[in-house]
Amino acid sequence: MTITIRENATPIEILLVEDSPGDARLTQEAMRDAKVQNNLHIASDGMEATSFLWRRGKHANAPRPDLILLDLNLPKKGGREVLEEIKLDPSLKSIPIVVLTTSAAEEDVLRSYQLHANCYITKPVDLDQFLKVVKAIDNFWLAIVKLPSDPK
Amino acid sequence: MLRVRGHSITKKLTRMNMLVSGAALLLACLAFVAYDVLAIRQAIVHNLSIQAQIAGSNSVSALLFNDPHDAEKTLSALKAAPNILSAHIYTTGGLPFATYSRERGGKAPTLPAIPAGQTEAHWFKDGQIVLVRSIIFQAKPTGSVYIQSDLREINDRLKRYAGIAAIVLLTSLLAALLVSSIFQRAVAEPITHLAGIAGVVSRDKDYSVRATPTGSRDELATLIETFNEMLAQIQERDGALQKAHHELKQRVQELARRAQELARSNAELEQFAYVASHDLQEPLRMVASYTQLLGQRYKGRLDSDADEFIAYAVDGAHRMQLLIGDLLAYCRVGTTGKELCETSSEAALEQALLNLQGAIQESSGVVTHDPLPTVVADGSQLVQLFQNVVGNAIKYRSAELPRVHVSAKKNGGNEWIFSMRDNGLGIEPKYFGKIFVMFQRLHGREEFSGTGIGLTVCKKIAERHGGRMWVESEPGKGSTFYVALPERG
Repeated sequence: MTITIRENATPIEILLVEDSPGDARLTQEAMRDAKVQNNLHIASDGMEATSFLWRRGKHANAPRPDLILLDLNLPKKGGREVLEEIKLDPSLKSIPIVVLTTSAAEEDVLRSYQLHANCYITKPVDLDQFLKVVKAIDNFWLAIVKLPSDPK
Repeated sequence: MLRVRGHSITKKLTRMNMLVSGAALLLACLAFVAYDVLAIRQAIVHNLSIQAQIAGSNSVSALLFNDPHDAEKTLSALKAAPNILSAHIYTTGGLPFATYSRERGGKAPTLPAIPAGQTEAHWFKDGQIVLVRSIIFQAKPTGSVYIQSDLREINDRLKRYAGIAAIVLLTSLLAALLVSSIFQRAVAEPITHLAGIAGVVSRDKDYSVRATPTGSRDELATLIETFNEMLAQIQERDGALQKAHHELKQRVQELARRAQELARSNAELEQFAYVASHDLQEPLRMVASYTQLLGQRYKGRLDSDADEFIAYAVDGAHRMQLLIGDLLAYCRVGTTGKELCETSSEAALEQALLNLQGAIQESSGVVTHDPLPTVVADGSQLVQLFQNVVGNAIKYRSAELPRVHVSAKKNGGNEWIFSMRDNGLGIEPKYFGKIFVMFQRLHGREEFSGTGIGLTVCKKIAERHGGRMWVESEPGKGSTFYVALPERG
């Protein structure tokens, strides 16, 4: 299989919603070696994620992300709420959302897909596995998949 | 009169006394009267016979000289006997010769015949007696005397007897009544009293009451004494029983309370273990990930000690992850188990073998099984159970190619006994208990990997199904693991 690398030079914007700095850093580490140039923005809770997406407060100049990596268990505003709000917003709902969480619970998986998450991934416990998975996400969503362009 | 069943013992006794004494007296009177009537009749006959003989003797000459007047004179002497109604002399031919009658105008009746060979005969008839006697002179019958007498003597005596008997009967009945009232006090009262006490005991279950002794030394006294002794024994046993019952109740309550506490603390512990291990996973993942990252990124860039230390940290974190994962798996048997339902144990085994396919093929092992029953179980836990046991058999194999055979048979009770026999290393009997304890292992980590949770989980699964698990083994000869599951969950 040949991978078609995106030709345009503009880097891909990724929003990582993750409350654990350790996990955020690990994701960052995994993204560092990504084939596609990307800007990784980190929101540490649901409130910050919505501020970023709707460009509120200090995020007034935030870019529109091309991909969202969303943890479910977040302080203040949960990942499910964030997911629901995004998918209800016509201007944001086309952004692919990858749920990346520690939970393997059936109901979390089902609920996420019902809320139109684009895929659901349980964080592997093992580091190598984790790195592999993040790279696979990166590879699949940034290099293989054709993403919609900003409707604006 | 004889309908006495419903009456009190007092009435019964009184009636019995009256009846017995009355009957005895009546019988005695009757016997007496009968005897007396017989004796009087004999005496009357005797007297009449003498009178007839005298009249006959005195009339012989009158008959011989055919002088009826003289004969009538002789007969008239009978006037002195008030009972004689009439008397007649007859000739040998049976013709009336002379007549005497208390009332005037009496006629001589036809002479009744004397039975042959007898000189005298008598008949009782209509309250009268008639006696006929032959008059014998110089051994020759000369005529006959006929005497008719009434029985007023007998009647008078009978009347007197009846009067006396009535008075005696009445007196003795009164005496009997008196005596029976005295006996009542001696016999009936203690019995009535005893019956009353028995009633109280039976009705109120009060074993402390006692019958009052009569003071005499008879069977009734013995009865009351025995009854009281019996009551004392019952009271003692009742007390002991009550005490035992009370103690038992307390112990049952205590046991129930402890069981409840135990169940609660068990559940709490399980919950704690689950929450702790679940929450520990996250920080541990950080430790494991970053030590690993450190190792990967800085390998050879620090000194050799640093590489070694990092390697130990990575290994420690990794092992802790395994332990916590196992602890969670163990907790999940109790907390997240599914409902028990009809499950094919054969299908569960097939699934377990499918999961173990890699390990089995790698070891060139052979797993066989008999037809296996449908049991009431949590299917996925049954798979886990088979998988752990068969997995162990493959893992702890001897030099031979591993062979495992699974079979099931019903025991006497309502249990299915599954047996899983292998030809592996075997286990020394002293470790039979240890192998089922959490994180207890018989081999070093260098020999065999694993945390020592597999059989612990199996045992917990068996117990969650209301069953048991045990092992029979001999080192070098393989092991057989047994799981008993109730037929109906």
